[in-house]
Amino acid sequence: MVALNHTMKNRAQLTGWLFIALAVILICIFYFYPMIQALLLSFKTGAGANLHFNGVDNYKRLFSDKTFFTAVKNTFIFLIIQVPIMILLAMIISVLLNDSNLKFKGFFRTAIFLPCITSLVAYSVVFKYLFGNDGLVNLALLKLHILAQPIQWISDPFWAKVTIIIAITWRWTGYNMIFYLSSLQNIDSSIYEAARLDGASSIRQFFSITVPLLKPIILFTSITSTIGTLQLFDEIVNITKGGPGNATLSISQYIYNLSFKYSPDFGYAATVSYSIVVMIIVLSVLQIKLAGENK
Amino acid sequence: MLKKTFIYVFLTIAAIVSIFPFIWMIISSTNLSVDVTQGRMLPGSHFVENFTKLVNSVNLFQAFGNSLKISIWTTVLALLIASLAGYGFEIYRSKAKDVVFNILLLSMMIPFAAMMVPLYQMFSKLSRTAPVLGVNTIVAVVLPTFTTAFLIFFFRQSTKMFPKELLEAGRMDGLTELGLFFRIYLPTMKTTFAAASIITFMSSWNNYLWPLIVLQTPDKRTIPLLVSNLGSSYSPDFGVIMAAIVISTLPTALVFFLMQKQFVAGMVGSVK
Repeated sequence: MVALNHTMKNRAQLTGWLFIALAVILICIFYFYPMIQALLLSFKTGAGANLHFNGVDNYKRLFSDKTFFTAVKNTFIFLIIQVPIMILLAMIISVLLNDSNLKFKGFFRTAIFLPCITSLVAYSVVFKYLFGNDGLVNLALLKLHILAQPIQWISDPFWAKVTIIIAITWRWTGYNMIFYLSSLQNIDSSIYEAARLDGASSIRQFFSITVPLLKPIILFTSITSTIGTLQLFDEIVNITKGGPGNATLSISQYIYNLSFKYSPDFGYAATVSYSIVVMIIVLSVLQIKLAGENK
Repeated sequence: MLKKTFIYVFLTIAAIVSIFPFIWMIISSTNLSVDVTQGRMLPGSHFVENFTKLVNSVNLFQAFGNSLKISIWTTVLALLIASLAGYGFEIYRSKAKDVVFNILLLSMMIPFAAMMVPLYQMFSKLSRTAPVLGVNTIVAVVLPTFTTAFLIFFFRQSTKMFPKELLEAGRMDGLTELGLFFRIYLPTMKTTFAAASIITFMSSWNNYLWPLIVLQTPDKRTIPLLVSNLGSSYSPDFGVIMAAIVISTLPTALVFFLMQKQFVAGMVGSVK
């Protein structure tokens, strides 16, 4: 009987492996294999398909490549300014929406979530025209006498970055809000009642109750936003094309340019791409550590 | 009272800012380019004219068809593979499988930028031996994108709620293991499948970078490629471009308003 049970168990285990086999094979072929290929490529050089090994030359080139450092700098500016603004905004909005006495809750929630249904390309093109030199934003600001002169939203190096930050914040705040809302609904409201009885202000409640309880979701949203920002491509290409100059060039766009726009340099492009891999690992570990320490 | 007013003002501003670009894009699609540049914010009567100009200048229907084919194939295959795997990982749970599962999750951290060059090489090699699978085909768009660890994770999480007694009952009735999956699991988990199909369809419909790399001739273009192309023209016709954007947003907007609940569940479900 024991032996029979054992073979049945083995058979069940085998069936289990069959269920997951296809997914495992596909992920190996289309994620892990390219990943290893990219690592090998990063030690090769040559035009197009004619590649040969050249040791660490690509990595030497990387550390003296000014365009690469511009791309890294731009990406980090977006990361450091945009992600905290968006996460704070998403948190504040979700706390306000979580109030059971609030009217028009459904309307507010749907409206703020709506940007998530647009494709990155579509909204980027809309923003490009809204923020154009003669675009509606300038037109309105001039008419309201907030500005005396139009702002060069797209063609000034500083304002182009601002435009990108505004655009990404518009697109993703509602998305992050949904995560906070769903976990706020799981917080027992009696905690807040107790705090109110103790005379804690709403700002105090926000920082001493809401933020600590939301910590796992804050961690989740900041890691996904960081990974997303490090891969920024669609918005840059469709709003500023990386310009003016290289003022908004992102790392992903630089990799794309190296591989498919200029004369293809797959080896060096792979080297640059590995820098993102390293950054994602370092930043994710850092964020997990940071969240752990504050416990 | 003051606090309440502040809350409503704040949320109203947030809502207006969120909706405004949509309103502008819809209104602009009904106006002539000249009026759009002058900041006209009233609906016009030129939508049909803009639409006709659009259809005459680019092959909109072909792009729409390509996008639809890619999105539907991606969704069907993604759901099948991910649900089988999510089910397998949870129902036939073992230590070894949990290790494999965690390794699969690591693939979520791989940036697409790091894979695009090797993937492109892979498909250009395929082009030489099997042109139907190679660069510039729908297969090349669908094949490397439909399996995601995210969706496997999503199905596994949802399977935790699945009443496993149903499987025992099915086994008593003589169903095979695969039969249990298709006859019992699939019908019970309809809402999970609905949510998964919405997020997959959305991300496939909106995908830009990989199609940009792998689709090279205009007749293979998807909607995002077409919109991006229109948006980068030197003398843009705003009315026409906005008409294109409205049409490109229509399918996802429709899905959103018809199935808002599953839509949100699909996005949040995986984190719970």
